[in-house]
Amino acid sequence: MFGLFDTGFQFFTWGSLLMLLIGGVLIYLGISRKMEPLLLVPIGFGILLINLPLGGLMDYEMEITNTTGTAAHVISIDADADNRLHEDDIILSLDSGDIVSPVPGRIQEVLVTPGQEVAPGEVMAVMLTSTQTPLPTRPIGLLSRIFEYGIMWQIIPPLIFLCLGALTDFGPMLADPKTLLLGAAAQFGVYFAFFGALATGMFTIPEAASIGIIGGAEGPTTIFVTSVLSPHLIGATAVACYSYMALVPIIQPPIIRLLTTKKERGIYMKPQLREVSNREKILFPVIASIVVILFVPMSAPLIGMFMVGNLFAVCGVTERLTKTASTALIDVLTIFLTLSIGATMTAENFLQPKVLMVLVLGVVAFGTATAAGVLMAKVMNLFSKEKINPMIGAAGVSAVPMAARVVQVMGQKENPRNFLLMHAMGPNVAGAIGAAIAGGVFLGMIG
Amino acid sequence: MARETVEVPITGKIVGVNVKVGDAVKEGDTLCVLESMKMENPILSPVDGTITEVGVAVDDVVKPGGVIAVIEY
Repeated sequence: MFGLFDTGFQFFTWGSLLMLLIGGVLIYLGISRKMEPLLLVPIGFGILLINLPLGGLMDYEMEITNTTGTAAHVISIDADADNRLHEDDIILSLDSGDIVSPVPGRIQEVLVTPGQEVAPGEVMAVMLTSTQTPLPTRPIGLLSRIFEYGIMWQIIPPLIFLCLGALTDFGPMLADPKTLLLGAAAQFGVYFAFFGALATGMFTIPEAASIGIIGGAEGPTTIFVTSVLSPHLIGATAVACYSYMALVPIIQPPIIRLLTTKKERGIYMKPQLREVSNREKILFPVIASIVVILFVPMSAPLIGMFMVGNLFAVCGVTERLTKTASTALIDVLTIFLTLSIGATMTAENFLQPKVLMVLVLGVVAFGTATAAGVLMAKVMNLFSKEKINPMIGAAGVSAVPMAARVVQVMGQKENPRNFLLMHAMGPNVAGAIGAAIAGGVFLGMIG
Repeated sequence: MARETVEVPITGKIVGVNVKVGDAVKEGDTLCVLESMKMENPILSPVDGTITEVGVAVDDVVKPGGVIAVIEY
């Protein structure tokens, strides 16, 4: 009877161990270094859970059918429930050909016996996999169900955008609308990384788009775009995006310093911005939705939710909705999102050269986005009488509010009179809109 | 002697005051910490000098233009 009791040890590999370490590092960074703890702690724990074999949290059931196109006899059954299957391992041999495992996983049940005749399309075995695949599967684990119906059905990322809308103040951007240009310029990083990924020859066009969008520095946007274009990369792009957002204070300052003189960094900007009326604040989400969605229809799930959330916050009569969206709802959604994203990172999915390249290209995306924002600000200074501090262009990278905070700290350091926070928040929130639009453009062209 | 008035840059709440009247400060020293937009923002001294007036206290909710401190230099 003890033979029926499986422990996880027989399926535990060096890859599993490495992934446990990676999960542990993310948990450590979240707790000890306070790096995006609300995101990295659950993502890290999701990684840990999924790499403990046989837990089944991220399992998908997949039917193995006779795909040889003709009726055939089973010659032998080559895999059983005790074996870990790699991609292309033989599961069954038929006299019309071999049936191989389409993804890594393990056999749950074999429904045929040697010598039996099987019709074309007949189900011969059921396997379990934790890999996201375009082939038909059925989620049967706690986290695979959340992932499938929450993320692959594109529900959770847009709803998080609704909550972010409720938390966003477009006031600084409306007070100084030219900062929209800085948010737009920073999207250059998205397209630079996209073409960079294509140039490596390692990625398909949809994969390259999923990598490029990391440069938008918006977690939900990155996850939303990747879930449509290349779900197998979702763990890597999400971790790259969230980690680099946390590392913005390390990534951005050297790039800003490289592209600006000390004098430029010290340019003084009056802290007070124009008072933005309530009417402007209410009209903005309505008009922005209409304009953006007419131009880029595929951005509707993100922009539409972002703007309705913002309307809740500014209209003054939906306080309860704003409160829920900005507290309980965003927390619940974040738990679902991060745990299930972490759970996509099995050793088979994550320990690949492609993933390493995603991480490299992700930082390139952040870097070029920063540079593009700063350079755009410098170009704007060529044409304007009242000079802006070019550092605020770096906040166009989004990563709200970390990038704005970086600009604020650097600005004060160069000139203690400076208080650039509000000036940087303009491009910062514009960057969030820009990233959602860039995602919509990718989905419209490639999805 | 010249006087420099340091004003509140944005709406927020004072969560720390680091100076009192009579203190000598150097350029870049933190005068107080203003919490705004869920961030703690230090307000720095723009000059080397002596504090002659402090206009804020911990837990004050402040608006742009309010006096944080006056520095003689």
